[in-house]
Amino acid sequence: MGTTAAGIAFIASLIIALVLVHRPLGDYMHRVYTGTRHSAVERVIYRLIGVRPDAEQRWGGYARSVLAFSVISILVLYGLQRLQDKLLLSLGMRPVTADVAWNTAVSFVTNTNWQAYSGESTMGHLVQMAGLAVQNFVSAAVGMAVAVALVRGFARSRTDLLGNFWVTLVRGTIRVLLPFAFVGALVLVAGGVVQNLASPQEVTTLAGGVQHITGGPVASQEIIKELGTNGGGFYNANASHPFENPTSWTNWVEIFAILVIPFSLPRTFGRMVGQVRQGGAIVAVMAVLALASVALISFFELSASGTVPQAVGAALEGKEVRFGVANSATFAAATTLTSTGAVNSFHDSYTPLGGMMTTVNMMLGEVAPGGVGSGLYGMLVLAVITVFVAGLMVGRTPEYLGKRIGSREIKLASLYFLVTPILVLTGTAVAMGSPEQRASMGNGGAHGLSEVLYAFTSASNNNGSAFAGLTANTPWYDVALGLCMVLGRFLPMIFVLGLAGSLARQAPIPESTGTLPTHRPQFVGMVVGVTLILVALTFLPALALGPLAEGLS
Amino acid sequence: MSPKNSPENGRGGGGLLDPRQLVRSLPGAVKKLNPGTLWRNPVMLIVEIGAVFTTVLAIASPSFFAWAIMAWLWLTVLFANLAEAVAEGRGKAQAATLRAAKRDTVARRLADPADPGHWETINATELRQGDHVIVEAGEIIPGDGDVVEGIASVDESAITGESAPVIRESGGDRCAVTGGTKVLSDRIIVRITQQPGESFIDKMIALVEGADRQKTPNEVALNILLAALTIIFLVAVAAMQPLAIYSKAANPGIPDSPALNAEGVTGVVLASLVVCLIPTTIGALLSAIGIAGMDRLVQRNVLALSGRAVEAAGDVNTLLLDKTGTITLGNRQAAQFVPVDGVAEREMAEAAQLASLADETPEGRSIVVYAKEAYGLRERQPGELAHAEWVAFTAQTRMSGVDVDGRLIRKGAAAAVMTWVRDHGGHPTSEVGHLVDGVSAGGGTPLVVGEVTRGRARVLGVIHLKDVVKQGMRERFAEMRRMGIRTIMITGDNPLTAKTIAEEAGVDDFLAEATPEDKLALIKKEQEGGRLVAMTGDGTNDAPALAQADVGVAMNTGTSAAKEAGNMVDLDSNPTKLIEIVEIGKQLLITRGALTTFSIANDIAKYFAIIPAIFAAIYPGLDTLNIMRLTSPQSAILSAVVFNALVIVALIPLALRGVGYRPSSASALLSRNLYRYGLGGIIVPFIGIKIIDLLVRFLPGMS
Repeated sequence: MGTTAAGIAFIASLIIALVLVHRPLGDYMHRVYTGTRHSAVERVIYRLIGVRPDAEQRWGGYARSVLAFSVISILVLYGLQRLQDKLLLSLGMRPVTADVAWNTAVSFVTNTNWQAYSGESTMGHLVQMAGLAVQNFVSAAVGMAVAVALVRGFARSRTDLLGNFWVTLVRGTIRVLLPFAFVGALVLVAGGVVQNLASPQEVTTLAGGVQHITGGPVASQEIIKELGTNGGGFYNANASHPFENPTSWTNWVEIFAILVIPFSLPRTFGRMVGQVRQGGAIVAVMAVLALASVALISFFELSASGTVPQAVGAALEGKEVRFGVANSATFAAATTLTSTGAVNSFHDSYTPLGGMMTTVNMMLGEVAPGGVGSGLYGMLVLAVITVFVAGLMVGRTPEYLGKRIGSREIKLASLYFLVTPILVLTGTAVAMGSPEQRASMGNGGAHGLSEVLYAFTSASNNNGSAFAGLTANTPWYDVALGLCMVLGRFLPMIFVLGLAGSLARQAPIPESTGTLPTHRPQFVGMVVGVTLILVALTFLPALALGPLAEGLS
Repeated sequence: MSPKNSPENGRGGGGLLDPRQLVRSLPGAVKKLNPGTLWRNPVMLIVEIGAVFTTVLAIASPSFFAWAIMAWLWLTVLFANLAEAVAEGRGKAQAATLRAAKRDTVARRLADPADPGHWETINATELRQGDHVIVEAGEIIPGDGDVVEGIASVDESAITGESAPVIRESGGDRCAVTGGTKVLSDRIIVRITQQPGESFIDKMIALVEGADRQKTPNEVALNILLAALTIIFLVAVAAMQPLAIYSKAANPGIPDSPALNAEGVTGVVLASLVVCLIPTTIGALLSAIGIAGMDRLVQRNVLALSGRAVEAAGDVNTLLLDKTGTITLGNRQAAQFVPVDGVAEREMAEAAQLASLADETPEGRSIVVYAKEAYGLRERQPGELAHAEWVAFTAQTRMSGVDVDGRLIRKGAAAAVMTWVRDHGGHPTSEVGHLVDGVSAGGGTPLVVGEVTRGRARVLGVIHLKDVVKQGMRERFAEMRRMGIRTIMITGDNPLTAKTIAEEAGVDDFLAEATPEDKLALIKKEQEGGRLVAMTGDGTNDAPALAQADVGVAMNTGTSAAKEAGNMVDLDSNPTKLIEIVEIGKQLLITRGALTTFSIANDIAKYFAIIPAIFAAIYPGLDTLNIMRLTSPQSAILSAVVFNALVIVALIPLALRGVGYRPSSASALLSRNLYRYGLGGIIVPFIGIKIIDLLVRFLPGMS
């Protein structure tokens, strides 16, 4: 099989697997989030945290719960890092410095998993397991809890109540993420991913030097890092490290794990609003954008010009030979299209236009299919904006799923889409405007600019992957990117919950032939168009001076 | 109000832009440059700030390029103001006509309503609610009110444009009079129902002038979206500056250009870019679209008392239509003569005609007309037959007829005529009963014709009277259905009759034997299901339903109570107009959506013009983006700015007239508008900017 054919088979098998799985998984999550019974374990948890599981919350209470939980999570994670030398399983690592600890705490709680440190030489097992891995679960569950609240806003009417955050959080963790992560971890272990609590092994290298090889609970963390679209690697090299991602088929499993929940949530959405086809339209928008992106990245990487790529047939710099170009490109697309940010190759080494595509994927707002939960609510906000413009064009007050998109709804949706572009552009502009921060760039010229743009895009959209090249572990970048992560995560969440609250209060409008149908290819095309145009119009000047300038020369 | 030009084909007429109108509106447009008023339109305020900024820069370091950009930025703001001024100007002209009607009138106020002999003469403006005034032929009615005594013919042309006088009388649903109209005959006593300064004419003037125009809910929402887009573009352009400075420094040795130097992108170009990117097209035309929408209603002689009502009209899900006058022509008409066995059809027709000659009710007339049309029976005058004794129709006998040469013929309600036949010794067969039941079952009204000749009484046959549905209504309702609007017919008829007419007219549902309470309950029920309801009404007992409906159109002939309760008044008192009102509401929203889409889609071409113009000097690869092959950076930027300004002027007629609207399903409408304004919005500026570039490249400093 030739490289191209192998690449196509790889992508095609992924698509088939996702198509097969998204229905049962989406239906399962629908049952999880709409069920009324609490399991024994859950009841114990509710008693421990002092929550009445059947008391529902208004949007404000829901949002305050999200924020409270996240603030406490940040504090705990910060404390664990700062005190790790005094705790168990530290492997003799020293306390993490204040700015890195802040950055890392924020990064994992916001589901970003931007890593300003290298895991194997900074974090002991306790921090990895009790800190980072826990956040990999719960930060993903928080994203789903917010998405579910928005869906309830569409599904319910004449009520203030959006469900109970704590119940939604616990169920997402215990009933969705934990079981799948458990099975997935076993699969990865079978594939050769390490899983132990051993101290670093000392080996003598061929040249006679001594190398410390760190093992650890890798598989268990690897699976949730993908499944929860977190992306924070156990090792600095992330999923290109052979202990994290040893073979081509574990690579397949990891990509599948990245995509499976985000692509299944629209089904859950469709079931919850009682119109499966509406979920179908949303997943179609995601799929169109994702497929286009995978195709473009693969095309740019396989058709790279330049002496070396021409000689070897593709742009192999920064990619693992055991995966090859196509599988690396697919991973790169998957990890940036979702807010995962795990990498199995180095985006900095991609062709300028291929690298630009990874940036653009994130600039879409992480919606195709986006992070666990965040992808769905981001896409629904885009659908709301599309409905608003398109709805006017059919001569009615715009409505989506029987809910009017009035000034309050459009205000919240507008605020939502303002947040990340402002963070990305302001952050990049400030960094590029200051000589000290420019010194962090690994390259000059347009490529250097791409690195900074990528960093702020990644942090603000809670992706967490790095373009590499940029020395981002400076106090300034730690703080600035940390702020981007916090604001880029929680401001949109607040607006989404506000939107959910105002949708839930409305009485539903019955559908008629005068209503804009939101399940047809026509609407899918419009949402794709609106998403692309909003991104293109917002980021074109910045892209023109970075990757476009480089790629078009 | 002068224009009485409600075009029959309806859709979106009367919006052509007269160049003289532009010139006339120019002073108003200049006045609107005042930032104190412009702040209501944030998009245009940003453009004005850009224009001021460019003016300062052009004065500081003059160049032809800077002056040209400055001029066109000012023109952009001016054009936007012009659009609004033109839209308002049309209303002002109408307001002037109305003001003429509101001359200073004097009122003769009665001290005691029961005693019309004693009055004091006061100024009309001093009238209070509850005062009684006396008005005689030739006098102007001093204020809105209800006739409490007398009957008069009134010339209401000042308001309706209709020159035929109307009758106004005390009691009933024809008692309302409007201040400013003229009594032509007789004398009436009017109880004033308005507060000073709040008369109907005052309201009309305020409405057509747009003086107290409030932004409608959809307009507010759209403004928020436009503000958000404006903020994004401001941030995108501002953030570009440090990147530009860095990029320029990273490529030393490249000479400064008018667009880019060591200090980054020049101020003039930055301002141009911002103005080109923010949604100026829709921002400029938004308020004009709203004013023009109200104006289109006024041209059809409908007054919307709030913009909100116009918007709600576009959203209506359910139309309640009164049967009589709206769906049917008004009265039952003869449609068939069914003779009993042994009687020739023609014989029966002749008898029916004779019996109806003395019946002046519309039903009776229709029998004579039908006999003439279907059987060629000449219409005979009652005086024509000698010795004929005519029996006129009365509500007591419920019969009419004629006694001639010993032959007695009667026609009338089935029971009445059958009794009459029996009284004369006849025995109506069971066949008659079947015929009568058959007509009733078909929703018609049966009349029986009977005769007595040579002492023998018998029934000749049954006349089938039915409601005649207005022409074209079926198609209208089918259109409504395609638009997703349910039509419900309201009638006082029994359910059987109602069902037949409902089926014939093609309405979706009907409410039979409807009382005002039933109507109100129906509206509430529909609204509980989340539907918006529109209805027309004129009587006082319609008032609660009119108030409850989302769109309540009161007939101008109706009572003050009905007019107060509704949120629109139809000066022509034509209930069918409700359908046009819905279409105008939809057209208003579509126009906004289409121009928003067009405005945003335009940005793509402007980027392709401006980005390479600024940066191709340092990154020659970016010249690939210059797909229009524009002459030079300066000409590219100027062309984009000029296009951006001219497109506003080009779209003023569309904004005033509204986007063409044909009733169809949402999906079909969307496709058409998407292609036209979405795809068109992407392509048109590429062509436009290229053409402008071909012209401006001959200007100095453009190479």
